[in-house]
Amino acid sequence: MSAVQTNTVPQVEEHDRAASITGRAYLSALMRDRVAFIAAIFLTLLLIAAAGADFLAPYDPNRANLGARFIAPFGTARDGGFHLLGTDELGRDLFSRLMHGARVSMSIGLLGALCSGAVGITLGVLAGFYRGLLEDLLMRAVDGMMALPSLLIALFILFVIGPGFGNLILIFTLLHWMVFARMARSLTLNHQQHTYITAARAIGASDTRIILTHLLPNMVSPLIVLFTLEIAVLILSEASLSFLGFGVQAPQSSWGLMIARGREYISSAWWLVVMPGAAIFLTALALNLVAAWARAITDPVQRWRWLTPPRRKNQPIEDDE
Amino acid sequence: MRAMQQSETQGAAPAPLLDVRDLRVTFDTPHGLVRAVGGVSWTLSPGETLGIIGESGSGKSVGLEAIMGLIKTPPGHVSGQVMFDRRDVLTMPERDRRQLRGEKIAMIFQDAMSALNPSLTVGTQIAEVYRLRRKCSHADAERKAIELMDRVKIPSAKTRIGNYPHEFSGGMCQRVMIATALALNPQILIADEPTTALDVTVQRQIMTLLAELQREDGMALVLITHDLGLVAETVDRAMVMYAGRLVESAPVSALFEVPSHPYTRGLIRSMPRIDGASGKLHAIGGTPPAAGRMPKGCAFHPRCEMRVERCGIERPNLRPVGKNRAAACHLAEEIPHV
Amino acid sequence: MPYLLRRFIQSFILLFFLISFVFVVGRIIGDPALIMLGTSASETALDQLRENLGLNQPIWQQYLVFLSDLTQGDFGVSFRYGFSMMPSDALRSEGTPVLPIVLSRLPATFMLAGTSLVFAFSLAVVLGCLAAMHPRSWIDNLVNVISLASVSLVQFWLGLILIIIFSVHMGILPTGGFGTWQHLILPALTLAARPLGRISQVVRSAMLDELSKPYISAARAKGVPEWRVVFVHALKNASIPIVTITGDELSQLLTGAMLVETVFAWPGVGLLLIDSLGRRDLPMVQAGICVVAALVIFVNLAVDFAYTVLNPRIQMDNRGGRA
Ligand SMILES: Nc1ncnc2c1ncn2[C@@H]1O[C@H](COP(=O)(O)OP(=O)(O)OP(=O)(O)O)[C@@H](O)[C@H]1O
Ligand code: SF4
Ligand SMILES: [Mg+2]
Repeated sequence: MSAVQTNTVPQVEEHDRAASITGRAYLSALMRDRVAFIAAIFLTLLLIAAAGADFLAPYDPNRANLGARFIAPFGTARDGGFHLLGTDELGRDLFSRLMHGARVSMSIGLLGALCSGAVGITLGVLAGFYRGLLEDLLMRAVDGMMALPSLLIALFILFVIGPGFGNLILIFTLLHWMVFARMARSLTLNHQQHTYITAARAIGASDTRIILTHLLPNMVSPLIVLFTLEIAVLILSEASLSFLGFGVQAPQSSWGLMIARGREYISSAWWLVVMPGAAIFLTALALNLVAAWARAITDPVQRWRWLTPPRRKNQPIEDDE
Repeated sequence: MRAMQQSETQGAAPAPLLDVRDLRVTFDTPHGLVRAVGGVSWTLSPGETLGIIGESGSGKSVGLEAIMGLIKTPPGHVSGQVMFDRRDVLTMPERDRRQLRGEKIAMIFQDAMSALNPSLTVGTQIAEVYRLRRKCSHADAERKAIELMDRVKIPSAKTRIGNYPHEFSGGMCQRVMIATALALNPQILIADEPTTALDVTVQRQIMTLLAELQREDGMALVLITHDLGLVAETVDRAMVMYAGRLVESAPVSALFEVPSHPYTRGLIRSMPRIDGASGKLHAIGGTPPAAGRMPKGCAFHPRCEMRVERCGIERPNLRPVGKNRAAACHLAEEIPHV
Repeated sequence: MPYLLRRFIQSFILLFFLISFVFVVGRIIGDPALIMLGTSASETALDQLRENLGLNQPIWQQYLVFLSDLTQGDFGVSFRYGFSMMPSDALRSEGTPVLPIVLSRLPATFMLAGTSLVFAFSLAVVLGCLAAMHPRSWIDNLVNVISLASVSLVQFWLGLILIIIFSVHMGILPTGGFGTWQHLILPALTLAARPLGRISQVVRSAMLDELSKPYISAARAKGVPEWRVVFVHALKNASIPIVTITGDELSQLLTGAMLVETVFAWPGVGLLLIDSLGRRDLPMVQAGICVVAALVIFVNLAVDFAYTVLNPRIQMDNRGGRA
């Protein structure tokens, strides 16, 4: 509509308020967005549970207890042990197994995103910074690889080189660096036009210095958003690969592998399938929610909305009779 | 045009075609409630040409979009009355209202290029409502489209009917817009800055075309513009808006001779003169208030050269000042003599 | 060079790279004989297989033979498919050409992916348009929830949940297999979840974009009915991002079908591929991968073709010879 005219109000307010944005403002903004807040708490608890599974898990995840097989959630075994999420075909406590599985799933997600991020960001920044042939080749490779079905290729490579934790990370690095490269390149191109880069050049800063101290710090927030999303993507991919038998191998266990195992008992012990899948779902959901929140809050156009106290609703117009 | 209007105003006042009463438009935005139009009243007679002028953001477009029912509610809120054919347009069911649009009242926009759908051919767009309302065949619709394109003087209409808007120049797009608006022979045509985006010679052609069409069809025209020269040349009566309100309304000759409102006077003085005699360009100092932050009293007082103490306290209402004219200023009677 | 011709050549190069990649991974990084027979195979059996497959020739010669075989549609023979003997026994037979087997599985995959896409696409367009027409309404929230959930979900898990509900508990639909329309419902629903969420999100935001443009006000001003404003005027202009995401999701469907076919024992290419991986049937796996990847590349090309049809400007540019 032609009606949206230059309204000077937002810019003025952005300036007034920029100074008052502190860490506490971020925290209170997070508290105000209830859904994102719950998601952040869930992720924190999950990380604690995964890291401290050895001490925190109520049972040994690998100790079979044939007297306590297939106990439904909230059930109690004959020996008096309470099982929050039930037990599996060997009488192992599902909740404890989920905590240990979380460690594998989360570390694959985190490590995979870190490695592919490192590769992608390095290539992307170099391409955006030096342009030329490097950029051309890289972007062509990115376009080409993104057009191919990555799950299929991951399966094939794992089929040849064998499954396992390390190989999974390798595959994820190989097949997921492109999104980071693409974003890092376009961010670099954007920032390079800013005067502070020219100014840094003018005072004789080296390329490395410009990249490390001027470019990268300014690219952190969008990259963190992408990183968060990629963790979710990788956790889902890991689950798929493990489900098909090409991911994590026993005795290690991840959520995807647990679903694959539970599938055999689908008609009698539904929780063996439902619970690990729910864990994946909730984790990915929480990551997506936190990423959406982080994106909104770091977006210069939207942030003032979040980082300032909510306005009074329908405040009256002063001079209306 | 002017002759016709004069003869009418001399006789008994004809029943107005459109009667706008206390129209208000507000928007609920993240910054608070924004009042874009704050209670304006005016009438439009059949065949009349009405000009609306005022700075950017004074609520000209929003006011007319509200009449057309183009304001999205929420976040917008529209109140008041708009009488057409003895019915209140604002409260009639959406179906009747849509019937009114195009059939009785049509509107054309500033940037014709972006007001045309880029992925439909101009022929389709011109005859679209004609085909829908008259339930005619595609062939008939095409004939109608060609006829309309001829009317707005688009050369070789037959071959250009299948072209897309991006294959036309800005002026030609505006002609297409006008043809679209004319499809159902409306009684009122609202033109929101129809020439602003065009260069000078094309501007003139478009205005000539509008005047011609108006003469042929006896259509009433509401012309929003920033161009006072255009107003002086084409319009019967002019209304001046400031900060969402009408501040002056007068027959155009009277308005230019003796403005009754300091704002109008500022506008006219800031007009570059063709005779070149006046020398200094006289712009109004300051900026209009943001729609959410109205000053107390007269909205214009922070920028007004004439202001007296009363102006910052009490808001002047629009009141009659002399024959056929009204102004909203405490000093309206004195202004012409200063 | 015309845009489409260039895209066609690019797709061809991509396919060539993929095939070479399959060769490199299968022959150079891995040892086909070991892959096919497993680490427990005897040295003589491995040698014999290497001899049979021509693995003792220089690598570039193998590569040329591989390529020329491919151009004749020869992806090799399988010693596993349809054989129930010990792997080393099977090697003594002629083997079964793999490509016809892969191709024979395509219709089932198309049926599944097509049903899912048609279902997801039509629902997504309606939902997305309604959400854009009424921002912040319950339907807008619903679209947000669906799209968020759909990208957080592992499809095979959703399939298993549906089996638990509709097959195990309610007993109204089969847990898997092929044949009647009842067999199609659960896998198609499972596969539709993700495209439904993603497409409806894109429809919503593209439509929000379009609906705020001046030509929409103009169309309303001339009295076009609202349904036509939304579903003809706006939707036509929103079609480019929608087609892009739909093409993207179709590629995803083709690989996503792999997992869903596994869960529901749906006899498509995906299930064949997964089974062949389990049987260590390298030629079949290679053929499957090449066929699916070629399909994906073809879908991308088709999307580019759709652009030129949908956007009169691109069409213009082509007529003028520019890209
Ligand atoms: N959707 C909206 N939400 C919030 N405010 C709006 C909206 N539409 C218009 N406004 C406000 O209403 C006021 C009047 O706008 P309007 O477009 O009518 O001005 P105008 O007189 O037509 O200006 P111009 O000459 O530039 O076209 C402006 O201050 C604008 O900020
Ligand atoms: S009321 Fe006062 S401030 Fe307002 S225009 Fe008149 S003189 Fe100026
Ligand atoms: Mg305007």
